[in-house]
Amino acid sequence: MMIFDLFRETYYALFSNKARSGLTILGIVIGIGSVIAMIAVGQGSTASITSSIQSLGSNLLMVTPGFQRGVGTQVSAGHGSSKTLKQEDADAIQKEITLIKALAPELSSRYQITAKGTNTNTSVVGTTAAYTTVRNVEITEGSFISEQNVKSLSKVAMLGPTTRDDLFGENATGVVGKTIRINKIDFKVIGITKSKGGTGFGNQDDMIFIPLTTAQRFLAGSDYLSTIYVEVVDQESMTTAQEQITSLLLSHHNISNPELADFSIMNQADIVASVSSISDTLTILLGAIASISLIVGGIGIMNMMLTTVTERTREIGLRKAIGAKKKDISLQFLTESIMLTFIGGILGIILGWLLAWGVTQFGGITTEISLTSILLAVGVSAAIGIIFGYYPAHRAASLNPIEALRYE
Amino acid sequence: MIRCENITKIYKSEAGDTFALKNVSFEVRDEEFLAIMGPSGSGKSTLMHILGCLDVPTSGKYFFDEQDISKLSDDELADIRKNKIGFVFQSFNLLPRATVLRNVTLPLIYARVPRENREEKAKIEIQNAGLDESHFYHLSNQLSGGQMQRVAIARALVNDPLFILADEPTGNLDTKTGEIVLDTFQKLNLEQKRTIVLITHERYVAEHANRIIHIRDGAIVEDEKVTNKRILTTNNFFHKDL
Repeated sequence: MMIFDLFRETYYALFSNKARSGLTILGIVIGIGSVIAMIAVGQGSTASITSSIQSLGSNLLMVTPGFQRGVGTQVSAGHGSSKTLKQEDADAIQKEITLIKALAPELSSRYQITAKGTNTNTSVVGTTAAYTTVRNVEITEGSFISEQNVKSLSKVAMLGPTTRDDLFGENATGVVGKTIRINKIDFKVIGITKSKGGTGFGNQDDMIFIPLTTAQRFLAGSDYLSTIYVEVVDQESMTTAQEQITSLLLSHHNISNPELADFSIMNQADIVASVSSISDTLTILLGAIASISLIVGGIGIMNMMLTTVTERTREIGLRKAIGAKKKDISLQFLTESIMLTFIGGILGIILGWLLAWGVTQFGGITTEISLTSILLAVGVSAAIGIIFGYYPAHRAASLNPIEALRYE
Repeated sequence: MIRCENITKIYKSEAGDTFALKNVSFEVRDEEFLAIMGPSGSGKSTLMHILGCLDVPTSGKYFFDEQDISKLSDDELADIRKNKIGFVFQSFNLLPRATVLRNVTLPLIYARVPRENREEKAKIEIQNAGLDESHFYHLSNQLSGGQMQRVAIARALVNDPLFILADEPTGNLDTKTGEIVLDTFQKLNLEQKRTIVLITHERYVAEHANRIIHIRDGAIVEDEKVTNKRILTTNNFFHKDL
């Protein structure tokens, strides 16, 4: 049988039983669609988490107080709970480590903020001018805290766009120059930072930046630091810089056993790696759950093909009587099942794409459909067609023509 | 055309071996119209399957067109059926929900006849079998029994076989329609010089042939030459009033 005839016979066979073919295809559509959508959600969240970590700044090391027990296992790293980092530590790193490009100490804590009848509770970050370079902060209005502000303990505040919205209303203008009260102390607004689009915990848009010295003197009442951000000159020097800072701080704190260090240094790359390994696992898990429905769809194909073979036993007998070989018969039925999964695969890709789009539109979760997941879906659906279609096709091909012709 | 030498067919089962055919030997010459007649259970269906290359004998030799086919594989048998044999069945065996034209072109698909020639060939055979152009696109399950058997005959002839094997072709038809179908076979034999073997259990049907082989309990009991052959009932060979 020629290829064209094979497809024509398949077309007739599938169209003569529209409802059954349609429902079988639907099984595959749902399977492929959910696999694609789930992988899109998983990969999308990996990408958005990774990019939000990278938006913290490039080549970043974070020195925080607390005990180091490997990445992700610090128990007592809560800001303010361990007061082991001081301004001298930041100054020492600045002075003695040559591999650093910039350094920004930070003292942050949550306070109640009020402004003309509105109030909010958000994170107040005391820092220095270098913060903008180290943490990639961009300004839309006004200017960031200057060296002068830090020296003179100015009561000035830089607002994040979300905080601005909370205090002065959605996209309010003319905010610069107005006064807000942080912990009952008046601060003058000197600018607004540009939105970074972060969400959830550690949202960089929902923050207020004030001079470090002001925060230490008027809000915290101490000169401890909650974090020291260090920007290293390049990617290659990250490890060396981390080691140098570790030994410097150990000697400053008079600690001889590195295991007992009262601070920890996190490398941005380490965070990206550990977070993306978690979300990769999530992607695999979601994909695995979705592929169960794909297997169910495949069983649907096999079920339909077995029914078809039984129903068309006499037709198979006739085809054999007029000269069809085993290969002709098995190819015919195999083509039918592959055609079912192929159509299901195409529609499934569309469904998966629509689902992913819907999740992004209505659920606010970033999704990402990769070419790999589409190729995977197409490959898997073709494989399902062959695997689940093989047995029915083989059964049809090995029917005895005499018995098949007699079949009632 | 056909030569059977001591053909024996044994069906093995747990209850014991059944001899469907015992040492059957006969010959069918080219252009002969032979009827094989016998009651049910006589082994005539088994013989038909062997003659039609659908099955092979347990022992003995079967020569079809000078070729020993007793030991051929399934696919080699399929090739012989495809190129040399046309089947007409009692229950027509048309593809349901398919047009007349598609039913008749079906054997040409397996014979790898180029697509552009298929419909042309099929249309000629459908018209030769007594259906006109208006029937080309009718669905097979909307036809009458007689029309269905005509489609089946057109299908049997479309690949121009040397040999036509008809298994109780009138079994599902009324007498008048059956008569017309038998007339068609006579014409195929007389005018187109095709060899025909007709399997039946009715004497009346068998008498349309030139020769009758009587079979009983798996053996030939009589080889009869038909003297008072039933001839065409009308001058107009193809009846269009089915």
